[in-house]
Amino acid sequence: MPSDHFGPIMLKVNDVSMFFGKVAALSGVSLDVREGEIHSIIGPNGAGKTVLLNCINGLYHPQKGEISFKEQDITKIKTYHRAELGISRTFQKIELFRGMTVLDNIRLGRHIHLKSGILSGFIYLGKTAKEEIKTREFIEEEIIDLLEIESIRNKTVGMLPYGLQKRVELGRALALNPKLLLLDEPLAGLNLEEVEDMARFILDISQEKRWKVTCILVEHDMGVVMDISDRISVLSFGNKITTGTPSEVQNNAQVIEAYLGEEDLYATRR
Amino acid sequence: MNLFIQVIITGILMGGIYALVALGWTLIYKCSGVLNLAMGELTLIGAYVCLTFYMWGFPFLLALLCTVIIGFILGLITERIFLDKLIGEPVLTVIMVTVGLSFFFRGIVEFLFGTDTVIFSPPVFPMKPIDIGGIIIGQVYLWSFFAAIALLLIFVAFFQFTRWGLAMQATADDEMAALSLGVSARFVYATAWGIAFIAAGVGGALLGNINGLNISVGYLGLLVLPAVVLGGLNSIPGAIVGGIIIGVLQNLSGAYLDRFTPGGVKEIAPFIFMVIILLYKPYGLWGWERIERV
Repeated sequence: MPSDHFGPIMLKVNDVSMFFGKVAALSGVSLDVREGEIHSIIGPNGAGKTVLLNCINGLYHPQKGEISFKEQDITKIKTYHRAELGISRTFQKIELFRGMTVLDNIRLGRHIHLKSGILSGFIYLGKTAKEEIKTREFIEEEIIDLLEIESIRNKTVGMLPYGLQKRVELGRALALNPKLLLLDEPLAGLNLEEVEDMARFILDISQEKRWKVTCILVEHDMGVVMDISDRISVLSFGNKITTGTPSEVQNNAQVIEAYLGEEDLYATRR
Repeated sequence: MNLFIQVIITGILMGGIYALVALGWTLIYKCSGVLNLAMGELTLIGAYVCLTFYMWGFPFLLALLCTVIIGFILGLITERIFLDKLIGEPVLTVIMVTVGLSFFFRGIVEFLFGTDTVIFSPPVFPMKPIDIGGIIIGQVYLWSFFAAIALLLIFVAFFQFTRWGLAMQATADDEMAALSLGVSARFVYATAWGIAFIAAGVGGALLGNINGLNISVGYLGLLVLPAVVLGGLNSIPGAIVGGIIIGVLQNLSGAYLDRFTPGGVKEIAPFIFMVIILLYKPYGLWGWERIERV
């Protein structure tokens, strides 16, 4: 698939290095993500994929290099301001608010979009009420519908099976109405059926006119990665090896070398 | 029988104030997992601030309002100076810092206001007790109770019905995820400390009205700890019910047991009760039980 039909560059990672003590988790990684694409980041364990996501998201601050989002330098911006800019994410190890219900978890994602202050929140008239109703409609009709979690909306998250928790986390990330969504191993630990559902959701989010969210996907399931990605970047030991379409990446000699020992790149995990 | 009802009612009224202070504990615990052992000193500071304004000739309500405002500012400052840098550090470290803070605050109070007992004069509330069908209630208790309940209702509404309340719970639950959703953890912590200072301060001002004000009001703040543990450290309704239970219990043991001993039963009864409750309900009455899927 030619990458030309995608929009302008949305996220630019420029020469980013991140050290933990003497260990370089990322050394001079550059890549750009274009509007509308599903951009996967793959690489062996410990390649620095999650570190890169954390840098984009602002949980880590790289010692070197810049990250810009929509031509705005965000390298120094705090995580919660990045959320306001439209960067949202899910986590490798589920980070849900375990004691709250599914609805409350998703509602929290709307936090940044609610403008009314504390005082008007008490009075609950006019604008505030309207805002609340709109929020509810958005959550119930769009997110819950999309992810098919109607039946569990009032359940406490901690009690749900793992696969559903993953879905709720995706819902919460979507509630921010993000422009860029970082997905950190959304398929890990899911069974075959759940993997298919999740892959379908990701495609929906990326392609449906309502959402059109640009996605960065970190994932080990090569079958799905090759199927749904527009472009793939490969990391190995903190260095970027290449970026290209799935077929380009599959035939890249360096990539094959990096995965040496895992023999069948595509057969992994399937 | 009359004595019994009398004791119970006074206990409930006192309990309202305890509940208010208990809320301060719960709040900080809820959003940061830290037991703020300086809570007693916060009540002390609030009481003295209120007293100072009152002595300057402010009407009591206005003095209370000033206490609220100053309490909030002090809370923000405390959080910014002492605790902001500790975000992400082990909880025990932060708890030890609050112990240090308690000595620090106590020292400041003694330094600024002295150690003599002072009273609100002229008395804020009429001295003449109200007689309801044979039950005698001091007006101080009654009005303090109403003030405490009003403030409690405001706080509860804040948590239940505003998104900031939800954001606080979220930060407590999972700080990293809250950050990624655009919740500023620093803002949440600062607000929590601000509100805790308000709750403790108003509670202290009311307690000061009842018994006069000296350094021991700070110990009353600590007495609230059993109420908090009893209710479950992170439950707001728990703190309220716990506060009232402790108030009643304290009064009951004061009325019925104190005469058999040289004294002091009133002070230790709440703690004994706390231990017994914890033996059977380790999370308190309404605390979060840890949900673990295997």
